[in-house]
Amino acid sequence: PSRGCCQQKVKNIDKVLIANRGEIACRVIRSAKKLGIKTVAVYSEADQNSLHVAMADEAFLVGPAPSQQSYLQKDKIIEIAKISGAQAIHPGYGFLSENTEFAQLCEEKGMAFIGPPATAIRDMGIKSTSKYIMAAAGVPVIQGYHGEDQSDAVLKAEAEKIGYPVMIKAVRGGGGKGMRIAMSPEEFETQLDSARREAVKSFGDDVMLIERFVQRPRHVEVQVFGDKYGNCVYLFERDCSVQRRHQKIIEEAPAPGLSMETRRQLGEAAVKAAKAVNYVGAGTVEFIYDSKTGEFFFMEMNTRLQVEHPITEMVTGTDLVEWQLKIAAGERLPMLQDQITLTGHAFEARIYAEDPAGGFLPGAGPLRYLNTPPSASDVRIETGVRQGDEVSVHYDPMIAKLVVWGDDRSSALRKLRSRLSEYNISGLSTNINFLLDLSAHPSFTSADVHTDFIPEHYNTLFPTKVVSDELLCKAAVSLILEEQAAARQAQLQTADPFSPFISHPGFAVNMLLSRRIELKIGETAYTVEVQHKPDGSFFVVLPSGKDCHVKAQLHRQGNVTHLKAEISGHISQSTVLVTDSGVTLFEEDGSHTFCLPELKYMAEKSKALMSEGDAVAPMPGVVEKLLVSEGQYVKAGDPLVVLIAMKMEYVIRAPKDGLVKQILYNPGASVGKNKPLVHFEE
Amino acid sequence: ISKNFATRLFLSVRRFYHEQSSILETSISRESAEFQENYVQMKKLSDELRSKIQVISQGGGQKAISRHKSKGKLLARERVALLTDPGSPFLELSQLAGYKLYGKEDVPAGGVITGIGRVSGTECVIVANDATVKGGSYYPISVKKHLRAQEIAEQNRLPCIYLVDSGGANLPRQADVFPDRDHFGRIFYNQANMSAKGIPQIALVMGSCTAGGAYVPAMADESVIVKQQGTIFLAGPPLVKAATGEEISAEDLGGANLHCSKSGVTDYFAIDDQHALQLGRNIVKNFNYKKAMSLAIRTPEEPLYDGDELYGIVGSNLKKTFDVREVIARVVDGSKFDEFKAMYGDTLVTGFARIFGYPVGIIGNNGVLFGESAMKGAHFVEICCQRKIPLVFLQNITGFMVGREAEAGGIAKHGAKMVTAVACAQVPKLTVVIGGSYGAGNYGMCGRAYSPRFMYMWPNARISVMGGEQAAGVLSQITADQRKREGKTLSPEEEKAIKDPIVEMFESEGSPYYASARLWDDGVIDPVDTRKVLGLSLSAALNAPIPDTKFGVFRM
Repeated sequence: PSRGCCQQKVKNIDKVLIANRGEIACRVIRSAKKLGIKTVAVYSEADQNSLHVAMADEAFLVGPAPSQQSYLQKDKIIEIAKISGAQAIHPGYGFLSENTEFAQLCEEKGMAFIGPPATAIRDMGIKSTSKYIMAAAGVPVIQGYHGEDQSDAVLKAEAEKIGYPVMIKAVRGGGGKGMRIAMSPEEFETQLDSARREAVKSFGDDVMLIERFVQRPRHVEVQVFGDKYGNCVYLFERDCSVQRRHQKIIEEAPAPGLSMETRRQLGEAAVKAAKAVNYVGAGTVEFIYDSKTGEFFFMEMNTRLQVEHPITEMVTGTDLVEWQLKIAAGERLPMLQDQITLTGHAFEARIYAEDPAGGFLPGAGPLRYLNTPPSASDVRIETGVRQGDEVSVHYDPMIAKLVVWGDDRSSALRKLRSRLSEYNISGLSTNINFLLDLSAHPSFTSADVHTDFIPEHYNTLFPTKVVSDELLCKAAVSLILEEQAAARQAQLQTADPFSPFISHPGFAVNMLLSRRIELKIGETAYTVEVQHKPDGSFFVVLPSGKDCHVKAQLHRQGNVTHLKAEISGHISQSTVLVTDSGVTLFEEDGSHTFCLPELKYMAEKSKALMSEGDAVAPMPGVVEKLLVSEGQYVKAGDPLVVLIAMKMEYVIRAPKDGLVKQILYNPGASVGKNKPLVHFEE
Repeated sequence: ISKNFATRLFLSVRRFYHEQSSILETSISRESAEFQENYVQMKKLSDELRSKIQVISQGGGQKAISRHKSKGKLLARERVALLTDPGSPFLELSQLAGYKLYGKEDVPAGGVITGIGRVSGTECVIVANDATVKGGSYYPISVKKHLRAQEIAEQNRLPCIYLVDSGGANLPRQADVFPDRDHFGRIFYNQANMSAKGIPQIALVMGSCTAGGAYVPAMADESVIVKQQGTIFLAGPPLVKAATGEEISAEDLGGANLHCSKSGVTDYFAIDDQHALQLGRNIVKNFNYKKAMSLAIRTPEEPLYDGDELYGIVGSNLKKTFDVREVIARVVDGSKFDEFKAMYGDTLVTGFARIFGYPVGIIGNNGVLFGESAMKGAHFVEICCQRKIPLVFLQNITGFMVGREAEAGGIAKHGAKMVTAVACAQVPKLTVVIGGSYGAGNYGMCGRAYSPRFMYMWPNARISVMGGEQAAGVLSQITADQRKREGKTLSPEEEKAIKDPIVEMFESEGSPYYASARLWDDGVIDPVDTRKVLGLSLSAALNAPIPDTKFGVFRM
């Protein structure tokens, strides 16, 4: 059979260019280094100081920050590869990884593309084509009727053939409009009528298709690998059902609750799919899995190394990037199917800069503080950022992947939670607390997962957090102790390092100094009275009226500060971070950030910079387009500015009627959260 | 290897021996009946002190506080806390000023809070009017307290921050407030002269500054005013209306806007009290002020013995004696004390120690002063002045020895040597009255008249020209002698009638509360806080360079 672009003979690869950034670039560099392969990074202007550049043997500037002008510049990247003397390009995931043209271009320029042949990318890139190929190859696809005969009887007969429940969907439909579910033949006609009426109203067209409806489906995908000699293996499956905004956030391998038989069937179906397109390299075949019936249906094939590949590596003991490099060099698969075994269970949690409670809106900003759990053979921290780096508005807001392995699902899950609680970030909003709540959710621990998991359990996934007295004590006392430590540190620089004005904080003549500390979590304010005892301990009166005696010290290890506190006899240890704006406590159940109230005079100062009713950026992003000009009169709700944040477009609308006085940014400018975009005439 | 080891061992042994030799032994038993009785009595005195201060710290009472706060103003003590570095100690002075001084009129803390606190890392004298006490108006004692704070600032080269919120002089008492040298006008005289010496003068106007008070911000190097709260004018709206018929609001006449934008009387415009205090902190940050540290300091050590044992050692009965070394052992670093001339003039204990790492010379009483004790004291003061070591006096003195032998031995001239030495000593002098302070003993041990930089009393202390019983004895003897000349006798009843009121008067006037109310000291302190208060006072005192001392003629 034809082998597409790939030459069959062994090609020496001793230098590889990584056409990507962030954690995946770092990941590829690590495996390449292990194999003695030199690495070439490319970077945009925004990434000059990023980790992947520091890790690579050499790096080339590829263009300005926006990815269209940098990481997506096909010709430029190939040219850089040529100049640097690299023999191969690893595209990572995203960017150019599934770009047929790029794969072809590589071939034309004699550069090895570490991925499948361009034909496979193209075939799998078009959904309808891929389904057709799969069905022909005998891979189960979701049954459906897409015929032209739209008579009620035919549609019902087709529904009968497919088996209930079925989905009746307008061909031109979208967004759930003109779509109905028929659970049984009895309700088929009414649902069909209803779907048709809505479709006519919405799209002026009532052509329907009938498809098998899978209730509470699971997203199960199989890792496959092919070489240039026609060999193809599967490395078992991953369950990636739990998603938000159609993106995965927590994945596990193997998929829980599958029988060995189903597992084998899935694997074999995936290999069949890969072979149908003469697949070479790493690929993932995605299936919809019906947990009720145990049936699965082909959805699509991703012709790249997936974000979540490490969990497969953890349970199979492989290095898939190493496999990719070897196969690109024309080697045979390192293992045959019967050599690949499944051991234990692995989880991956994706740590994102985002606001889970605010609809998972993506975030960006500086990682002012970053402390990760230590890496080990069973704990992998896959990241492309360090403390002080910035999560840029230009790219994906993923900060890291935390990958853990355990003997079985429950021990792996326990480890995941424990390590997540040690993953401490401050400076921007992250989903770590959410991941902790999610991974502790009873339905998740019992592996009752499906793609609607988050919407279904929304209320229990966002429990109203009770701020405990102990937490308040710790927060208030941490602030004071940190203040004292800073004062002592500053005093050591002077000619009078031991003055009791520093060494005996809290002293007052014939009185005990008492301080009122105000802390805020969200909109809730707490006032804590802290009295200094002569022995350096504290007497704390809480808003609940309760009081307690607190003895506490801070211990520093590098940039990490631990608070050891004895509160009314209970001794515990937490990690704390005190900043100018407040204090964050990293506890077992996640991080708790208390803010200090804004002082009135500071508020008045910032208010002077922003007048009432300005249009502000709801999140950090890049100004894409201005839709108004200065001096223009607009009505409330009129679009003003298009903002791009994390590959999504947001239209910023006028908050009120008025005259546009000033537009504060030009297209291409990055703006921070809550920054005014458009000033209105007062 | 073995040689090396031996050397190391040898060195460590030597060093251990050396350090050990300085440590004061204690002969106190916490279990003894005497200790326990003393402890209970002294603890009671300290509790009384703290509860009195607790009441005083409430200022002018709930009603006045609510009215004050309803205007959006912070209380004087809250202002001090926010002005000083967060959580840093405040060495408050003369908390008992005005205590039971004006009969039915209560003037807690004299209506003005003074003390030393760290602001942006610089030790400063803070003077804060308490507007909840009679509108912050100046009673005679308020003036005295304000001037004493300025004197401390000047002697110790401490920048001054005035938190002004005062209605000015207390009119009914103007005669005791306005005309004399050490009255109201002296405040501005001091501001001008301190400013001339490079000691910064800062005013934060957080309430009214009327008439004379207007000169506090006007005379300051830099001043801040709070909008809608602070006003500065020579005459307020009522007086203006009376004088010229002009009707004008306080804000228009002398508010923040006017003074920051038009008159130039103030330099910084504050939105509220917090803002003003932050501006004050910023001003201090930019002082370019450096502490004049010239001492060879060491890492401090806590005393080996618990400070709270002072209660059980000293007790409340002044007639009971105790070894002042037991007190020293609970005040100084590591309880280490290198005694000078231990075997000579042993009623006066002299020696070297450290408090919070600062070297000090300590002079303490262990009984009545003899000629030798006085000469030893003078010698020791000379040494400390020569070496620029601050002096700490632990005063518990009934006086110099009397009687024929003593007079013939020249007790007067020997005492004079010590008084001369103490009077002329230019090193920082700190005095704590830990027991009695009687007669010329008060002079030799650096009483108020000898300008100690700071002077404190314990609650058990007594201060008077002599003991009440001795005074009563003297007076009844004089009367008896008079009767005798008239050929009459003094009946025991008559004697009692003479003695009792004298004993009572001395008892009441000798009380530390009586003394502190009149500012004869800088505060009554809890014995357990002695180390901290001395440490803070020393730290403050060391802001001024220590000058050379030139002594007067010593009568030989």
